[in-house]
Amino acid sequence: MNKDKRICIISGYYGNGKTEFALNYAISLAKQGIKTVLADLDFVNPYFRSREKEQLLNGYGVKLVSSNIKKLGSDLPAISGGVAGSLNDLSVRVVLDVGGDATGARVLSSHKDHLIEGQYDMFYVVNANRLENLTAEGVINNMKEIEKSARAKFTGLVNNTHLLRYTTVADILKGQTVCENVSKIVNLPIKYIAASEMIIGKQPKDLEGEILPINMLIREAWM
Amino acid sequence: MDKVLMKGNEAIAEAAIKAGCDCFFGYPITPQNEVPEYMAKHMAKSGGVFIQAESEVAAINMVYGASGAGFRVMTSTSSPGMALKQEGISYLVGAELPAVIVNISRGGPGLGSIQSSQSDYFQVTRGGGNGDYRIIVFAPSSIQEAVDLTAKAFDLADYYRNPVIVLGDGMIGQMMEPVEFYLTKNRTLPTKDWATTGTNGERKPNIINSLALVSEDLERHNYKLQKKYDEMEEKEVMYETHKMQGAEIVLVAYGTTSRITKNAIDSLRESGIKAGLIRPITLWPFPNKAFNEIPKPAKSILVVEMSMGQMIDDVRIANEGRLPIHFHGRPGGMIPTPEEIVEKAKEIVGGAK
Repeated sequence: MNKDKRICIISGYYGNGKTEFALNYAISLAKQGIKTVLADLDFVNPYFRSREKEQLLNGYGVKLVSSNIKKLGSDLPAISGGVAGSLNDLSVRVVLDVGGDATGARVLSSHKDHLIEGQYDMFYVVNANRLENLTAEGVINNMKEIEKSARAKFTGLVNNTHLLRYTTVADILKGQTVCENVSKIVNLPIKYIAASEMIIGKQPKDLEGEILPINMLIREAWM
Repeated sequence: MDKVLMKGNEAIAEAAIKAGCDCFFGYPITPQNEVPEYMAKHMAKSGGVFIQAESEVAAINMVYGASGAGFRVMTSTSSPGMALKQEGISYLVGAELPAVIVNISRGGPGLGSIQSSQSDYFQVTRGGGNGDYRIIVFAPSSIQEAVDLTAKAFDLADYYRNPVIVLGDGMIGQMMEPVEFYLTKNRTLPTKDWATTGTNGERKPNIINSLALVSEDLERHNYKLQKKYDEMEEKEVMYETHKMQGAEIVLVAYGTTSRITKNAIDSLRESGIKAGLIRPITLWPFPNKAFNEIPKPAKSILVVEMSMGQMIDDVRIANEGRLPIHFHGRPGGMIPTPEEIVEKAKEIVGGAK
């Protein structure tokens, strides 16, 4: 995690779990005492956005920047100037939670002056239980679309394959196979395996990618 | 096919395609946008038609046209868009045209909010259109149920030659859950010999129409429609009961609210209060029967809705004055918590035991 670049963009097909990954990633950084900003750039999804978790993030010492329209119930494409501010601030790690797929990733192109090749990471979050990402081909198609509209390049993959509370090790392995196939074709490393508490420790030890423990922060108990 | 993880809106769209939906007409509105978005991507691949209409009014009239020509048709929208479709819905019923109408509802009145709400209960069960009409309304509480009911909606629409509404609150549209698509056994459906498919000069033209200027004819038409509504009431009622055995307080909730209520029931039972749930799956026809079967120990009913109280009217009708009825609701896009439902139930029962 400490080898990741200062700016870390979390992107992928929508519903693949970008926001849960971004929240958990940012909190893990903060727990190590690293000054962390989470920038919620999601203006595509109306529900389940990281800005809903501002209090929780602040509790861990993660600063949240999102829309300059403070109310939650808006899907207007308004991004706070604080995003550019934190991208410029060399003393903080910035985690960018990018919504949607290619449509949502377009917002990145407006920050392209801050996104210099070699100075940022951009991870594609894979959930191989999503219809569009069942195969390497599906993932790569999404990656290409996102790269085109974001005007930024992926630097790694995250295997976040799960079925919520029905997840088993088989899901992780299924996702890992898809990620390995993608990795071979596009020549990018698998950086993380996102795993909930019930899975951690049960998976084989020799899988590529650092294990990032995931707490479901967005889902309410009744969901 | 293995289980896949899907958002409610996507799952409804995929279920429609799997059910043989030929045409989708719609207009974007949050929080149902993933339905047209998915249809735009996938309908052409499955040999179907997707059209983004210029408005909700246009979309429902396209539904009328395509359905009249014998196709399986769907439209989807959210609350204010549903309001715009009301005239078209009444016309569909009048002309006896099948269609599936999805409403992923949001806060109101007016343009309201984009957050989840259940304040369209009156709109879907009473209808904003004119005339004597009834429509089967499905209210799924999980994504799998949304998938299954969407498929069923197409069959029932064809069987009765009447629109069917699938009502999900915004949460059902936006939430993700594992789903499976399996082939359901279709009921035997009559051939659409009424559709305007061209006569080939071999039969009289079929006419799709809801205008009847002779009152005697229109009266006869209404009697005919009523017979269908009677059959729907007899055959299509769906509901779930949960932990009703020995329940002293009966909660009534549908859709997302029923999920929250189930959590509340668990903690009520932990604190010694026997609570049960009646969950209407069809909002119309309403499961009156479930209320006749409420067990003896029950002392009160608590209706929980994301509204100021709309389904409560149907609960009053079904209850026939037997038990006192209480209400807990959060309007405007706010979602009730299990804790506040527990508190309300305890207040009614008379404190924790």
